[in-house]
Amino acid sequence: MIELERIRKSYAVGGGTLEVLKGIDLHIKEGELVSIMGSSGSGKSTLLNILGLLDAFDSGNYSLNQTSMNQLSETQAAQYRNAFLGFVFQSFNLITYKNALENVALPLYYKKVPRKRRNEMAMDYLDKVGLKDWAHHLPSELSGGQKQRVAIARALITEPKVILADEPTGALDTNTSYEVMEVLKGIHRSGITVIIVTHEQDIADMTQRIIHLKDGMIVNETREVNV
Amino acid sequence: MFDLDKWAEIGHTISKNKLRTALTAFSVFWGIFMLVILLGSGKGLQNGVQNEFNDDAVNSIWIYPRQTSLAFKGFQPGRRIRFTTEDFDRLEAKNFGVEHLTGRFYLNGSGTIAYKNKFGNYSIRSVHPDHQYLENTLIEEGRFINQLDVDQFRKTAAIGKKVAQELFENENPIGKYFKIYNIPFQVVGIFNDEGSERETEMIYLPITTAQKVFNGGNRMDQLMFTLGDLTLDESLALQDDLEKEFGAIHQVHPDDERAIYFSNNLDRFQEFMGLMNGIRVFIWIIGIGTLIAGIVGVSNIMLIVVKERTREIGVRKALGATPYSIVSLILQESVVITAVSGYLGLILGVGLLEFVSANIPPSDFFRYPQVDLKVAVSTMILLVIAGGFAGFFPAMKAAKIQPIEALRDA
Repeated sequence: MIELERIRKSYAVGGGTLEVLKGIDLHIKEGELVSIMGSSGSGKSTLLNILGLLDAFDSGNYSLNQTSMNQLSETQAAQYRNAFLGFVFQSFNLITYKNALENVALPLYYKKVPRKRRNEMAMDYLDKVGLKDWAHHLPSELSGGQKQRVAIARALITEPKVILADEPTGALDTNTSYEVMEVLKGIHRSGITVIIVTHEQDIADMTQRIIHLKDGMIVNETREVNV
Repeated sequence: MFDLDKWAEIGHTISKNKLRTALTAFSVFWGIFMLVILLGSGKGLQNGVQNEFNDDAVNSIWIYPRQTSLAFKGFQPGRRIRFTTEDFDRLEAKNFGVEHLTGRFYLNGSGTIAYKNKFGNYSIRSVHPDHQYLENTLIEEGRFINQLDVDQFRKTAAIGKKVAQELFENENPIGKYFKIYNIPFQVVGIFNDEGSERETEMIYLPITTAQKVFNGGNRMDQLMFTLGDLTLDESLALQDDLEKEFGAIHQVHPDDERAIYFSNNLDRFQEFMGLMNGIRVFIWIIGIGTLIAGIVGVSNIMLIVVKERTREIGVRKALGATPYSIVSLILQESVVITAVSGYLGLILGVGLLEFVSANIPPSDFFRYPQVDLKVAVSTMILLVIAGGFAGFFPAMKAAKIQPIEALRDA
């Protein structure tokens, strides 16, 4: 599903350049549940941004769903994001003046799905994350866990191949974190590839495969068998 | 453009920031309002001045005999030039440029006019039939002086509306006889004049009759003619020729500018029109200046909007929004704010002008302020363009937002 070869990325910092990713080789198969771990500054967020087509890389090859993702224009990147990827963020990033239903339906707007169909589908997905009764509430009226579940529903609605979650539990307490992880595991069971960036060991332990990142390199991989 | 969701989103952001939007909208509203008022007032001024010209035919040359200022061929300066019937005949014989021709003969002082036991003092002009075209005299009843009156020295008169009201009161003056210096004249017509009320306190007599009856001989005090459809250049060339011709016949030194005075109405009219065009340009400059201030306001606000919504725009991009959809969202919001508020300004401005037009009596230099459809339409087009312009830079800024930066946790 995802194939990275010798991916390098550096940022201009002050006078010089800071190399954040120093040649990443990574293969993730369809339907895997993977976590990426690393301390801050290890390059895990940058890696996720590149995987999510939110940032360009300097050199190397990236293919997603057997399609090359090298040298994309902004519009192409937007279309691939919309078609293949779903995002879940640490701080949810729901649009504050839209209610839960509208937030979930938004990606379909960019897919040019008719309004009525959009709202029906959004309602279905809210139901799947158990928030059907909260459809017409604004994000400010929801708890953290509920917000993250809305965000997950929003990520799922385009039926993506891959869900990318950046510290999805970073802003939640332990109980809520586990609830959200259950939702993500459910998604994984339905056959979707899920990639979670986290620095919490207990969250990573719930995935099949843990990739440890340090100073822009993959240092080792652990596989959990009893997930 | 007709995407319902986009409208809903614009409605959302506008209603979320009512005060801010209202203040921005007001600056555009005010710009357009002022532009419309200024343009309308300019038109009012133009109408007023143009109305002044309505009194007389605009394309006419008036020739006045005056005093020489230079000695010539043994004549001393200060000699009075006199026009006679011969000058008139000479002009009449021309077949180029002279359309309607008339002379004027003035009685000394304004005459005492009497009808039965009523008296009045009115100006008297003795003229040829064509005079009607030169002063734009409008016959309301009967007729003006005609060629037969002139040929047969008839004692007929066309009297102004005011004269008819004051002297004849409730009687119908047509056919009645009244006296000028004790000589009876028969009223053949009553006229009105658009130019000013003074013109309706006037009595017109056949020029030949007046010359005979009031001891004028063949004297003419003034010659006037219209130029037909001559262009300004042609009329100026004709005037130049006539100045030479009249100068030669009346023994005027070629450099003597004062002996015979030519007044070319078309020339004056065009000068006024030039002035009006200048004023119009000036008004547009001021108006557009005011408008630009409003536009800059909108642009400013849109920049703030983009800044505030950086995170939201980043999320939208992550969810698959193309740069185009972001640009069009911002542009459309900007166009909507400017178009709606500008349209209100336009409506209110036109409304105020209409109110003034309907309720304030026209004066000599200001009447019927108005904005024509063409101006209204061009202002609207200007507005939409301006709105687009105001939104352009903020929209480009929005399109450049990198999702990663927007989503970076604060």
